[in-house]
Amino acid sequence: MIVLDIASWALILLGAAFCVTGAVGLLRMPDFFTRMHAASVVDTLGAAFILLGLMLQSGFSLVTVKLIAIGVLLFFTSPVATHALARAALARGVEPLLAQGEPSSKT
Amino acid sequence: MFAAAAVALLVTLSLALVRAFRGPTVFDRALAANTIGTVAVLLLAVIGFLTGRPDFLDLALVYGLLNVVGTIAVLKFFHVGDLGEPGDEEGVK
Repeated sequence: MIVLDIASWALILLGAAFCVTGAVGLLRMPDFFTRMHAASVVDTLGAAFILLGLMLQSGFSLVTVKLIAIGVLLFFTSPVATHALARAALARGVEPLLAQGEPSSKT
Repeated sequence: MFAAAAVALLVTLSLALVRAFRGPTVFDRALAANTIGTVAVLLLAVIGFLTGRPDFLDLALVYGLLNVVGTIAVLKFFHVGDLGEPGDEEGVK
């Protein structure tokens, strides 16, 4: 099944690329809420692509069921955690970095 | 190919670790810890396939459950100020 192998490798590499992209955003974004935005890439696209690639690699077995369980768990818990994080940060007075009056070219 | 994915996930984990060390507020550190937990789940799954032992997926599942419980508990602590009293119905504002 060379086609399935190629598809699963492409999905795994795409997921790994999304994970690294999200981590770079987590490191370089200027503000807490934008950092949260970047970190959600790892939780959604990176995890979904890597788990899909592993599912294609394993075929129909119990392993696929476990991978689906992990995917459903991440799918439901990561928005909950992100929401709780944003709510706690806002309640404790972390200010979002908003644009000032005139647009500035300064980074 | 699994090794490449594992290396990419390790890079992701170390970048999130740098943010956890540098983060100005405690919420940055909590966010980085949450990301590290997600990446650890994925890394456990990939390592299970890399070594040909898919039993690691059970560990990944358990780690995901523990990760979300820990994150919510820490955030409730920093949001409300404590973890609630027994019998306190109005602990959450």
